[in-house]
Amino acid sequence: MDMPTLQYEERIVFALRDLYSRFGYLPFRMSKFEEYDLYARNKDFLVSDNVITFTDTNGKLMALKPDVTLSIVRSTRDTEAGVHKLYYNENVYRVSGSTRSFREIMQTGLECIGHVDDYCILEVLMLAAESLRAISDECVLDLSHMDVVSAMVDALGVGAAQRGAILKCIGGKNMHELAALCASAGAAPEAVARLQALIRTAGRPETVLPALAELGCPAAALEKLTALTDGLTEMGFGDMLRIDFSVVNDMDYYNGVVFKGFVAGVPGSVISGGQYDKLMSRMGRRAGAVGFAVYLDMLERFSGESAEYDVDTLLLYDETAAPAALLRAVKQLARDGNVMAQCAVPEKLKYRRLARLRGNEVEYVEQIS
Amino acid sequence: MNRFLNIALPKGRLGEKVYDMFARAGYECPDILEENRKLVFENETLGVRYFWVKPSDVGVYVERGAADIGVAGKDILLEYSPDVYELLDLNLGRCRMAVAAKSGFYDDRRRTLRVATKFSNIAANYYASLGRDIDIIHLNGSIEIAPILGLSDVIVDIVETGKTLRENNLEVVETIVPISARLVANKAGYEFRREQIEALSSALAKLVEA
Repeated sequence: MDMPTLQYEERIVFALRDLYSRFGYLPFRMSKFEEYDLYARNKDFLVSDNVITFTDTNGKLMALKPDVTLSIVRSTRDTEAGVHKLYYNENVYRVSGSTRSFREIMQTGLECIGHVDDYCILEVLMLAAESLRAISDECVLDLSHMDVVSAMVDALGVGAAQRGAILKCIGGKNMHELAALCASAGAAPEAVARLQALIRTAGRPETVLPALAELGCPAAALEKLTALTDGLTEMGFGDMLRIDFSVVNDMDYYNGVVFKGFVAGVPGSVISGGQYDKLMSRMGRRAGAVGFAVYLDMLERFSGESAEYDVDTLLLYDETAAPAALLRAVKQLARDGNVMAQCAVPEKLKYRRLARLRGNEVEYVEQIS
Repeated sequence: MNRFLNIALPKGRLGEKVYDMFARAGYECPDILEENRKLVFENETLGVRYFWVKPSDVGVYVERGAADIGVAGKDILLEYSPDVYELLDLNLGRCRMAVAAKSGFYDDRRRTLRVATKFSNIAANYYASLGRDIDIIHLNGSIEIAPILGLSDVIVDIVETGKTLRENNLEVVETIVPISARLVANKAGYEFRREQIEALSSALAKLVEA
């Protein structure tokens, strides 16, 4: 489907929707509003805990949805076998990273909920990698495993109060403050050194994974990571894979594989996802879950496409023009681009060429190269 | 893709020290030392491009990817919390973020504390961690004058030697956090220039340890 008039993000949305539905993911639609309670109970799961709220006519506190995953989790039921496979393309309302103010952000993504097995995880990762490819050839998918990070942080033997701060240091590759924090919390120096080595050991899976075994990472988690990276490499995604344990999500919600995707030219991650079985059990569910979101707002300026003209052709007519003849001319011109019919040149309108209707004939008056 | 590694340096005395450190680490760009009004300096052979920006803006340049890496004071990182990697403590520009008040100030905890500061977020977070109700008075400079004129009870500001405080009959009541210059990197830029950034970071780390 070639649609030159679509904006870059819109074309990506179509491409991703096509990709997800080809792999059997069903569309999920939801309302703009949710009860605020849902977000209040799972505040740390959200990218930002700022939520736009209002009181509904029945007195209930409602929110403009800041997230789609929680709504999807709530709307699905536990199944005896198999999984729910859903994708979405929704606007969410949250504080955007660098502007620190509320924005409407278009987000697309998918969730796989239920009896999630190794195949499901590999499939979701493959779709994340395909999504990145759809955006740009120059892309990177960072993989991490929360069980590895949790085990290393547990080994420090620090209290719950310090864990949040430690996780923040890990996420910021901030070794110096991590060391200071661990020292003041009385963590075992060997455990600190191992955690630092874990964060430092980042890069291509083939070099990183063998080195991790020596750090005493949980073998089961390493086996999972190896199987996943092997699977993805076989599918032709080897070049974009990196292992990087500074990709950390909240330990109360996420477990297993977590990942982030980047494309060259976009300053932040465009894909973020992982397994969130712990969120499921916090919401009273027996099922497992894995999914990711694509932040389309990050792509707005990425394509480098910017329009130089409002219209290709501005067609001027006067009071003598017959409406039917004018419409015929407009339809004819619309075949090669967009056209606007006006009886005078609108202020500040930029056009590529200016034409005038004389009787039944279109006469070009001005052409801007 | 841009072949230069873009480096944002904080304009001013700290920036000059930082550049000197980068040069000693093998990333020199002699043009930068010439007296002129240029803002961007390149060394094609090394593939680095330096530019001077206002110290408080370094985080923004790096977070938004206009710079791949940069050097910012911890005060700026704490105040604006840009989403960047903090790779190294350069140990330059050491000072501390502190609460100061007129000498002999008595803190009457029954009253809301009036705090004058340039660093509203740091002050708010610090007092929130103590569960203290405060009234923040955001000022853009000459913070020390606020308690003298009775505009505020205390100030939250950077203290280097404490000379300005002493000369104005003020004293440090509490240290909030030590401050120094940090090497920061854009998270996406890091992915695509990992080797280059890691090499630079470890060359700098060697100088810090030396």
